[in-house]
Amino acid sequence: MANDIVKGNVEPGCAKVDPILVVDKVTRQFGGLTAVNVDHLEIPRGKITALIGPNGAGKTTLFNLLTGFDKPNTGSWQFEGKNLAGVPSYQVARRGMIRTFQLTKSLNAMSVIENMRLGAQKQRGENFFSSLFNFLWKSEEARITEEADALLTRFKLDAKREDYAGSLSGGQRKLLEMARALMGKPRLVMLDEPMAGVNPALTQSLLEHIKGLKANGTTVLFVEHDMHMVRHISDWVVVMAEGRVVAEGEPSVVMKDQAVIDAYLGAHHDTDLGEIAKKGK
Amino acid sequence: MDWLQIFNLTIGTLIDPITMAYILCAVGLSVHFGFTGLLNFGQAAFAAVGAYGMAIGVLTLKLPLLGAMGFGLLCVVMFALVLGIPTLRLRADYLAIVTIAAAEVFRYLMSTVGLSEVTGGSNGLSQFGYEFFTWNPIPQGTYVLGTLQFSANDLWLRIFAISLVIISATLVWLMMRSPWGRVLKGIREDEDAVRSLGKNVFSYKLQSLIIGGLFAGIGGQVFILAMSNVQPSAWVTNFTFTIWTVLLLGGAATIRGPIAGGLVFFVLLILTNEILAGLLNIGLLPFLTLPQIGQIRFVLIGLALMLLVIFRPQGMFGNKKEMRFNG
Amino acid sequence: MTEGVDLNQLRTLRTLRFGLILAALAVFFTALVGVTPANAATASVGTTFHSEDTVAEITVGGTVKNDGKGVEGVKLHVTGPGFDETATTDADGKWSLVVPTKAKYTVAIDLKSLPKGVGLRDPNVTERIADVSVTEKAAVLFPLGKDQRVVQSFSDQLIIRIFAGVNLGLLLAVASIGISLIFGTTGLSNFAHGEMLTFGALVGWLSAVVFGLPLIVAGLISVLATASLGWLQNRVVWRPLRNRRTGVNQMMIVSIGLGIVIRYLLLLAFDGNTKVLSGEYEAVVLGPINTTVTSLWSMILAAVTLIGVALFLTRTRLGKATRAVSDNAPLAAATGIDVERIITIVWVVAGALTGMAGLLYGLQFQASWLTGAQILLLLFAAVTLGGLGTSLGAAVGAMIIGLVVELSSIVLPVDLKYAAALIILILVLLFRPQGVLGKKQRIG
Repeated sequence: MANDIVKGNVEPGCAKVDPILVVDKVTRQFGGLTAVNVDHLEIPRGKITALIGPNGAGKTTLFNLLTGFDKPNTGSWQFEGKNLAGVPSYQVARRGMIRTFQLTKSLNAMSVIENMRLGAQKQRGENFFSSLFNFLWKSEEARITEEADALLTRFKLDAKREDYAGSLSGGQRKLLEMARALMGKPRLVMLDEPMAGVNPALTQSLLEHIKGLKANGTTVLFVEHDMHMVRHISDWVVVMAEGRVVAEGEPSVVMKDQAVIDAYLGAHHDTDLGEIAKKGK
Repeated sequence: MDWLQIFNLTIGTLIDPITMAYILCAVGLSVHFGFTGLLNFGQAAFAAVGAYGMAIGVLTLKLPLLGAMGFGLLCVVMFALVLGIPTLRLRADYLAIVTIAAAEVFRYLMSTVGLSEVTGGSNGLSQFGYEFFTWNPIPQGTYVLGTLQFSANDLWLRIFAISLVIISATLVWLMMRSPWGRVLKGIREDEDAVRSLGKNVFSYKLQSLIIGGLFAGIGGQVFILAMSNVQPSAWVTNFTFTIWTVLLLGGAATIRGPIAGGLVFFVLLILTNEILAGLLNIGLLPFLTLPQIGQIRFVLIGLALMLLVIFRPQGMFGNKKEMRFNG
Repeated sequence: MTEGVDLNQLRTLRTLRFGLILAALAVFFTALVGVTPANAATASVGTTFHSEDTVAEITVGGTVKNDGKGVEGVKLHVTGPGFDETATTDADGKWSLVVPTKAKYTVAIDLKSLPKGVGLRDPNVTERIADVSVTEKAAVLFPLGKDQRVVQSFSDQLIIRIFAGVNLGLLLAVASIGISLIFGTTGLSNFAHGEMLTFGALVGWLSAVVFGLPLIVAGLISVLATASLGWLQNRVVWRPLRNRRTGVNQMMIVSIGLGIVIRYLLLLAFDGNTKVLSGEYEAVVLGPINTTVTSLWSMILAAVTLIGVALFLTRTRLGKATRAVSDNAPLAAATGIDVERIITIVWVVAGALTGMAGLLYGLQFQASWLTGAQILLLLFAAVTLGGLGTSLGAAVGAMIIGLVVELSSIVLPVDLKYAAALIILILVLLFRPQGVLGKKQRIG
């Protein structure tokens, strides 16, 4: 299986057959501390890639850098062959790379459906001058609402359509945030700890949603602490420690890598997430 | 107490052009703060820029009044750009301090002796409003409205001001039901989330600052047409904070909030004034003099601002879930 | 509403009552402007908020004195909205003019009409503002002294301005440490801080001038009173709000409301006239600098206070605890520091310092009910410049602001000197929001 992803040897920073995102020499320092120091990294297109590592490994910082929410000290990266370094965060999203946040950013004083509608890109009614004339955006709004309703049904949030996002549970908000990101039709979706704080009853359906994204041709890159989720759904795993990429490979192989186990897994890899999910059902 | 007199004063206040001027400024602030979450403490300056722009347009640039009003609004846009481009990236409380400081700087500039050829210095400007009354379509004469009497010009000024309020509120309603308004509300909730969805947050904040500033600029123009002069001392920080009180009273994130807030605020001011004056008159307030009653009104404004923000931040008509202070 | 809410409401009402009592007391002691309530029943009062209606005659006036004696024949040119007249002082040096509307008027003294050898004590100020936009009477004073109308060399002018800047800077420093301590420990940008300064100045005036107490005693009373005001507002307003977990932006707007309440209560209590705190203007000449004994004492006192505060913050247990709360309140609480107690102390100290600054300001520059509100933004500028929440930084920032204000008048018109300081504030927030001394990590 590694053959249809990797070109050449499997090693940290190895080249991919069809990379969607290529990262070069990205560093970020906070004061004297180096939070991120990635020499080279490629993310395979159409796959689910997990980014794992212990606390403080620089995963979220790397996310922030790649999506324009933070500025690196050095480095460059290309998304679908086009430079993304120095591109503002909203432009990153418009080019098809949409992220979610570790601490869910649902817009609490807006209804669920309005949250979803906001996710749609290039809306004519978002221009000030056309906003005043609703015949200019009415049909577009109807189309967006239809898409949003379809996604809400898929994510089992349709019953909450008119509720304020702030009234949802933490897990539902995670789902909403993911669904909202999909409204923008991303080609690469970056999920920052999609499972954190999610009720075990919801984890299985969340896993299915992520797999469903791949089936629709969307590339997924996600940060996760829980190794068992990683093992269940990812095609490829990238391990970070102290800001560097220390290992890469298929989940089954990486899990057995003694260096990875030492660096990260510690004593936590004995319960299977799949079992937890089953209990929740 | 003369109840008929109080009734007349109340009705008079409800249609007073000064009341309308404050409401227009509050409509602008509702765009800034209520819908976008921008802590603008310099709304007085937006009103002042519109007002001075108009007065200087007529007196120095010799523009026709309509052109001068347009010039005033152009000045507001410039002011919003100069203020907004560097500051809209700042944290909310920094924005507050920068805007209040910028408003004071503008006021100092309008009162400095060196610029008094154009600005009139601390005396301000007057004699700019003649043309306004030539627009008056109402035949000359005295008009009776219930128990109130108005000259044709008074009536025209009131109709003009009230129409502007209605138009402004309608415009804000149109804006806020649109996807454009949705982006603003999203920014109020969490600007990073909106950014991650591909919206240029900075551009929207700037648009919000300009649009809300324009309403204030129009409010400033109505204000000086009603006062028939423009002076730097009118645009002190208290002017801004009165607008805040009006807005928070009605409900910041609503369309009717600024209007209801303005009407209720000024009627309450009149009523407290009349009641206190009445009590004074029958000797129940031995320690106070009549001018001091005017000062008590400001104590009440301050108290109202405090109590509203603490106990009812959503205002009279707002929805508690929709109106929170972030941070 | 919950019980706690009602309690808070009650407490707020209690502050109001305190203010009204204060107002009543002060009104009793102060000879008020003679407006007879008899003709006050005209219903035209306040038909609109910005009513031009008048009840009493509005007058602008004052006394021109030199060496305690009135100077006759001095011409004063008063301009305002639609008004332009000249007044001449009588044998007692008194003058007054009835003006048509409530507004601000500019009073310019005609230097040519002064007797030979007599000049303004502050030669830069030939114009003063008489503000009768709220009150019916405003007094404008032009203290006279030895004629200084000699052309100063640039270096002399520089020395004079620097001296004035250091003087103002020291006053601002004493007042701004309070803002900084409060911001550091509670996150509140206190827009009501200026009113503590006004309170200090006016209580000082009440004690020294009205009651005729010695200045030292008056100073102590004023510092104690302002410290109590600090304690009281923390107890009645800020602590309950913290307990309700009110956000900092919300508290900021509450402080604006509180500022307005206190300011107008002070106006009610002390009327709108400018108060002259001290008659002692014994001149001291130091090279090109012309100053007074009062100013020198004020500077020394301010400097000593600043050193005292610095020692308190860096050397004492309590001071160290204060800084710990300022750095990281939860961490400080975890190490066993009673955060609320520290905050209470901070409010008392802030009140005392600000009251003292107000008194010193009043002694040198006179004071009115608006004094604090007028310099509030300068205090914010100082605090921001020094780095929000770093109290010693605020003192440094204040010195810089003081110098900017005074030195700016070498190149800018005098009436733009505050504008210069505010532009500095804006630039600092734009380019270095952590301040000159603050660390970047503290932000955000």
